[in-house]
Amino acid sequence: MKIAVTSGKGGTGKTTIATMLAYACDNPQYIDCDAEEPNGHLFLKPKIERVEPFNVLIPKINEDICIFCGKCADACVYKALVVMGEPLKKTMFFDELCHSCGACVYVCPVGGALVEVPDEIGKIKIGKTQHIDFVMGELNIGEASATQLIASLKKNYMNESKTVILDSPPGTSCTVVETIEGADYVLLVTEPTPFGLSDLKLSVELVRNMDLKFGIVVNKYEEGNTLIDEYAKEEEIEIIFRLPFSKEFAQSYSKGELPFEKFMSNFRDLLKRIEERV
Amino acid sequence: MKILLTALGDNLSALIDERFGRAEYFAIYDTDINKLEVVKNPFLNDQGGVGVSTAKFTVEKGIDAVISGSYGPNALEVLRASSIKLYKTENGTIQENIDKLLNGTLDEF
Repeated sequence: MKIAVTSGKGGTGKTTIATMLAYACDNPQYIDCDAEEPNGHLFLKPKIERVEPFNVLIPKINEDICIFCGKCADACVYKALVVMGEPLKKTMFFDELCHSCGACVYVCPVGGALVEVPDEIGKIKIGKTQHIDFVMGELNIGEASATQLIASLKKNYMNESKTVILDSPPGTSCTVVETIEGADYVLLVTEPTPFGLSDLKLSVELVRNMDLKFGIVVNKYEEGNTLIDEYAKEEEIEIIFRLPFSKEFAQSYSKGELPFEKFMSNFRDLLKRIEERV
Repeated sequence: MKILLTALGDNLSALIDERFGRAEYFAIYDTDINKLEVVKNPFLNDQGGVGVSTAKFTVEKGIDAVISGSYGPNALEVLRASSIKLYKTENGTIQENIDKLLNGTLDEF
């Protein structure tokens, strides 16, 4: 079973929920897909056993034999290439726009003028902490997009014989789509604030569009604050879990500690409810 | 000389658009024949690569000089690789900025 934990707004508690849920599973694999700023390891404190570089393929131009025909730039839907013909004779490449699709190299009529070369954009760290198999993606500083790194985490490192917990980046962009795609159940973590609600609505639109099973988790829940409840009722979405706000909890979080044992039974119940809905 | 100005409207009295890549309009003025051609930015609503596209468009149009408020890093890299002269302006209309350029009172970017 694959459970994705995501949120529209950052800082609502994805990692809190994802790591505590992983801890409560019998046979879990926790994958931190928030490769731009992974933080699951701060709480799970895994022993990293392997670090592997993650490469993407990018085109390399040989201007000595390039005929500046511009076919590569025309083929690039991401506008990552610019070709200037006579008299400038220049072919320019913008790596942060490249999606490594290979179209440019495919259409190049001159053998060797454009070749694909590996480019390291991040690292994948694999380890273990107690009974939890741990995997995290980490994008190198300055890189623009973690989407391909996340795709690799799911394709090459995910162990589907386990209960897989996918800790997603926030928002509704490509990285989130890549993370939650194919999940059996998606937890949308939110907080009972106007910002939390506003971004929750975007997440709901996304998961509905992707036709995924999902429920809402209200983190920092306060008795009497019905902001999220009213929305959920109106949209007929289940609030599958509430984690009450507590100062004690926030204090331990700030020290990189989570009350895993204390809330174990709550998260076991959540897991059971998810299993019933998948 | 062909001058490209980023504009908020489609005529000589339109104000300069401060953004190069995401400008509303491109006003192209040919000083040899005193003719203005205005095109709506075809890349305005693209998700990415707008600076690159706009710069490429500028090069392909055979522009000699560009007048805009600010240039993004990718656009700048392409424009700098060409022989196009870049000028910076703070405000004013298309006509005023053409005049300033011709009088030599605009700063190069």
